[in-house]
Amino acid sequence: MKTQDHAKAAEAFIKDEPRTDWHDETLWFIRTKRDKSVHGIPEWEQLRQWASDIKDHTLSNLSNYLIEFEKNATANGITVHWAQDAKEHNDIILEIARGHNVKRMVKSKSMLTEECHLNPFLMEHGIEVVDTDLGERIVQLRHEPPSHIVLPAIHLKKQDVSETFHEFLHTEKGNNDPQYLAEAARQHLRNKFIESQLSLTGVNFAVAETGGFVVCTNEGNADMGAHAAAVHIACMGIEKIIPKAEHLSIFLRLLARSATGQPITTYSSHFHKPRPGQQMHLVIVDNGRTKQLGRADFKNSLKCIRCAACFNTCPVYRRSGGHSYHSTVAGPIGAILNPNLNMKENADLPFASTLCGSCSNVCPVKIDIHDQLWKWRQEISAEGHVATVKKAGMKGMAFILSRPGLYRFSGKMGRWIMRKMPFLFRNKLNPWYKQREMPKAPAKSFRDWYIKNKKS
Amino acid sequence: MRVGLFVPCYIDQFYPQVAVATLQILEKLGCEVVFPLNQTCCGQPMANSGFASLSKGCDANFVKNFTDVDYIVSSSGSCVLHIKEHLHDKNKQQASFIRSHIYELTEFLTDILKVKNIEASFPHKVGLHISCHGQRGLHVSSMTELVAPSFSKPEQLLSMVKGLQLTLPVRPDECCGFGGTFCVFEEAVSVKMGKDRITEHNANEVEYITGIDTSCLMHLEGILKRQGSNVKTIHIAEILNSQLA
Repeated sequence: MKTQDHAKAAEAFIKDEPRTDWHDETLWFIRTKRDKSVHGIPEWEQLRQWASDIKDHTLSNLSNYLIEFEKNATANGITVHWAQDAKEHNDIILEIARGHNVKRMVKSKSMLTEECHLNPFLMEHGIEVVDTDLGERIVQLRHEPPSHIVLPAIHLKKQDVSETFHEFLHTEKGNNDPQYLAEAARQHLRNKFIESQLSLTGVNFAVAETGGFVVCTNEGNADMGAHAAAVHIACMGIEKIIPKAEHLSIFLRLLARSATGQPITTYSSHFHKPRPGQQMHLVIVDNGRTKQLGRADFKNSLKCIRCAACFNTCPVYRRSGGHSYHSTVAGPIGAILNPNLNMKENADLPFASTLCGSCSNVCPVKIDIHDQLWKWRQEISAEGHVATVKKAGMKGMAFILSRPGLYRFSGKMGRWIMRKMPFLFRNKLNPWYKQREMPKAPAKSFRDWYIKNKKS
Repeated sequence: MRVGLFVPCYIDQFYPQVAVATLQILEKLGCEVVFPLNQTCCGQPMANSGFASLSKGCDANFVKNFTDVDYIVSSSGSCVLHIKEHLHDKNKQQASFIRSHIYELTEFLTDILKVKNIEASFPHKVGLHISCHGQRGLHVSSMTELVAPSFSKPEQLLSMVKGLQLTLPVRPDECCGFGGTFCVFEEAVSVKMGKDRITEHNANEVEYITGIDTSCLMHLEGILKRQGSNVKTIHIAEILNSQLA
């Protein structure tokens, strides 16, 4: 939920500079791991191109592949549901849960269910939902949203986790030993897995030709949940489809290396059909994705495989934290996905970037993220979601800069004022001056010099 | 070879010495350089703020000024990239000519003039700041994210300067945080990014930080001065134009 815009939230985040440095360095470490692992793959750029081409092709033929997938999944014994939006998605899951009289369920990581705010919805209806990904469980206990789609609790230090576990899992106060804390989480979650009647997972890739789907985790928690419970529900956005099983050989290599620098995720679990006695449901969700598909400039943002490499490389994300993006999907990719869902609410996000372009370079499916940030800025200002002061300033600038005589006059005046009345610039109202000195204002412009020295 | 010198507005107003150095290098290397007197700004400040629709006047003025030249050269990677990507005008032919014939100084020196030798001397320890638009936009150097052969046009030129000791920061191509209007609308992040770049250059004990973009350098200079640092910023053109001692 948005409480303040990105710039304000970032300013608050940076106030604790040592912690900001720690956050920046932690994520940079992951970017470095990513670099090491991809530089060991000579065909890396070719893999990215193939992945991009496959996704482009799939998005252009999405309805056909979705229908093919539904047909094959149904034939395998999976019950397929379609949800137009978050509400339909949540209702479908509640109905399945009620049909089995479910009181307790476990969930492995699914950003889609975060996007749909499934947890609070189910809890309102009396169903206990336990996130089983360690990071997600930590933020769930703290009643916080994840700050990163792959590393949900990356904004927290082990001391924070220790305090949270002490409060909720009754671990020793002040014991910050990661192994001790992980073991406590393990014991806690083990019981939840055993008690759970229903397991919900996300989907990383759904394969049209087989009707199966793949879930990637490092903790094996998707498997623990799905193998223990009588009902397995998997939730996916419509863009998770890939045409063929052989395409996994490209995507699985790209995903883990981009996400964490691992050659492959610890568990890449392939689900094809329910085991005897089990029920398997698959909920396919639109929730604004077809709208994005219809936006020519932004369509290919749907190629995203949620690796979060763009988060880890983003110099702004690393220094502002995931919560400053006030959305389930933060970082550069979030900044191009979220305005589609609510342009006004997310009007600040495409501006939370220097357009440095590093995001587009690390993207394993070659989404032109920084170009889309630029394009969203144009859409947002055209729709009038830019502050009046900024708009007026831009209009004034454009007026001056398109008139050579006026530009020269203003420049000369401006420099004169800067020299004679520096206090006009050296004050709190000038955000530049808050932590930076003003540039020196020379008496003569280059043009003045040129006319005097060169023009014949 | 007739070269139109494009001097971005803030260089014209605040850093005339950068434009002087650019002009002098080009002349030393045998170019006929003209400076169209009615040029103003490339329009990037408006466009990057979401108001590309307001930069049409700048576009028209740019096209009107830069006629009758073989190339257009500028000492700002960022402004050059903006022109390359976004210059449009009623005079489509001329706009298209400009988009494909505009160069940032270092790429012009290495790719068009194919400079092999520069008579310059700068006996100092210098840190190179790689600016994002020059690097990731214009490809003046290889990028750490990509699996591709490594190269750097600015480094290639700086290696010809006598006495210059070049260093790179630990994160060689991380953004400095200037980002146009980002530097004021996201002031906190912008300054933090700049401070972090400076910390890495300080670790190399540099005397100067150089780069191909005065805008990044202006931002870093503002922070350095506030810190009371002795480290100075200097545009690469000024180094390449420095006389033999």
